[in-house]
Amino acid sequence: MTRRPYLQKPQRFGWWFRQARYTRYMLREVSSLFIGAYTLVLIVGLYRLSQSQVAYESFLANAMGTFGMLFAIVALCFAIYHTYTWFVVTPKAMPIAIAGKRLPGAAIIAGHWAGFFIASALVWWLAGGN
Amino acid sequence: MASSHKPIVWGLFAAGGTVAAFLMPVLILMTCLAIPLGLLPADFLSYDNLIRIMQNYLTRLIVFGVLVLITWHAAHRLRITAHDFGIRADTAMAILFYNIAMAGTLLLGYALITL
Repeated sequence: MTRRPYLQKPQRFGWWFRQARYTRYMLREVSSLFIGAYTLVLIVGLYRLSQSQVAYESFLANAMGTFGMLFAIVALCFAIYHTYTWFVVTPKAMPIAIAGKRLPGAAIIAGHWAGFFIASALVWWLAGGN
Repeated sequence: MASSHKPIVWGLFAAGGTVAAFLMPVLILMTCLAIPLGLLPADFLSYDNLIRIMQNYLTRLIVFGVLVLITWHAAHRLRITAHDFGIRADTAMAILFYNIAMAGTLLLGYALITL
C-alpha cells in the first residue's frame, strides 16, 4: 500500500486575478513596493541635501519631472490604499473594551481615520504649510 | 521561551505599517504633489528651506525614526509578497530586501549626521 506521491502543481503567476478578493489582497501587498520605493527616494533626497545645493537641486529636478510626478501619483494611491487596509483590520488587531463593553469596530476604524487627519494636519503645519 | 527573530521582524513590520498608514499619504503630498497643485509655496522644497527645517535635531531624529520604520515595513512585506509571486527562494529574498532596508537605514543615518 503506497500512497500516491503528492505533487504540488506549480503555482500560476497570475492566480491573483481569478477572484476580486485575491486581487485586493495582492494590491494591498504590492503597496509596499511603492511605499518602500518612495521612502528610498526620500532618503536619497536627504542624502543629496546633505551633499550640496547643486546635488540636491539636480535630484529635485528629477523628482519633479514627468516621471517623478507620475511615480508620486501612483505611490500616493497605493499609500492611501495601505492606510485603508491597515485601519480596516484594527478592530481585530486591537479590540478595545471600555468598562467591559466591546467598542464597535466601526468606532475603532473611525477613530483611526480621525487620528490620520489630525496627524496629517500636524505634520503639514509643523513643516510650515498653512 | 523559543528563540526566534520573528517577534523583532514582526514588531518592526507592524510599527512601520502603522506609521506608513498615518503619515505616508501626507509625506508624498508634501514632498511632491502639493507644489504643482499650488497647496504649498514653490520654494517649500528649496535647498534653503529644507536645510532650515532640518537644522532641528529633534526633527532629524523623528525623520530618521519614521523613514526607517517605513523602510523595514516595506522590506518585510516585499519578502512575503515575493512568495505570492511564485518566488520560492525565501532566504535569498530576505537577504535582498533586508539588505536594501539596511542600506537605506545607514544612508539616512549618514545623511542626517552630516547634514
